[in-house]
Amino acid sequence: MKAKFLIPLALFGILVVFLAVGLRLDPHEVPSPLINKPAPAFKVTQLEQPELQFSPEDLKGKVWLFNVWASWCVACRQEHPVLMEFARMQVAPLVGLDYKDQRKDAFGVLRRSGNPYDIIAFDGDGRVGIDYGVYGVPESYVIDKAGVIRYKHIGPITTEALQKTIIPLINELKKS
Amino acid sequence: MKYLYALLLVLVACGSAWSKEATLLADDPVVEQRLIAISEEMRCLVCQNESLAGSRADLALDLRRELRGLIKQGKTDDEIKEFMVSRYGDFVLYRPPVKPTTWVLWAGPFGLMLVGVVALFVYLRRRNSEIGTGTSGLTEEESQRVEALLKEGEK
Repeated sequence: MKAKFLIPLALFGILVVFLAVGLRLDPHEVPSPLINKPAPAFKVTQLEQPELQFSPEDLKGKVWLFNVWASWCVACRQEHPVLMEFARMQVAPLVGLDYKDQRKDAFGVLRRSGNPYDIIAFDGDGRVGIDYGVYGVPESYVIDKAGVIRYKHIGPITTEALQKTIIPLINELKKS
Repeated sequence: MKYLYALLLVLVACGSAWSKEATLLADDPVVEQRLIAISEEMRCLVCQNESLAGSRADLALDLRRELRGLIKQGKTDDEIKEFMVSRYGDFVLYRPPVKPTTWVLWAGPFGLMLVGVVALFVYLRRRNSEIGTGTSGLTEEESQRVEALLKEGEK
């Protein structure tokens, strides 16, 4: 008889658990189907030297971080110091993809706040971004020696994400 | 006065010349029709409660451009869907496919309904049998009091 009164309480408990989990989920973090798939191939011009091209093939055999950014992207400014820090540490090559941008605007940002990138690929019309499933800049991908995407970070990389997730992953991938 | 009037006319004419000509929605209405049909079934990733067909987000514009290209290449609806899913996951589809990870999603409501129907059935049967056997949940003493009270009322 007493157990009967506990049923609503149990149901309430379940509801609370569902709501608690639901509140913590970020609907803007859509899991990428590209994880553990080969990084989509492309060949575009470089931002700083338009006469040179960049293709992910060029970095085969290396673990690298691929960061999609743009001069118009506000969150990228927040991420910028973290990328500068990453570049200082010399853990892995940092390749930028300047997404849907104007070259001169991108130059302005790099001149003002520094350039953490080893290479910047220029994706003026956003086609490369579409192949990588980019839906909000900044987004970053860890790509392994075989050219497979191993991790995607959506939104600005925080110092915490860099130290706790990205760098350990890169070091691990470098060993294999 | 005449000149003033002419000047006014010229100015008015200029005004309409400045306004941009309405851009045609599509050079090929058949392609556009298919594009709308397909993109209405897809979610815009930037404003997630809007369809790809209705969204004015930059990404949606680009994706519609890509899809338009695919349609012109003669791709089938399934190939176009695959193009989107391989980039953004099942999340772009408003109707998620039936597969092990979505079984709960698809079957869940029916499962809950089944539980409800069974519970209702059990409850009704129990109540029915209670009424049938005349057990009202009262002790003997209480039943006697009820009867006594009822008799009193009849007088």
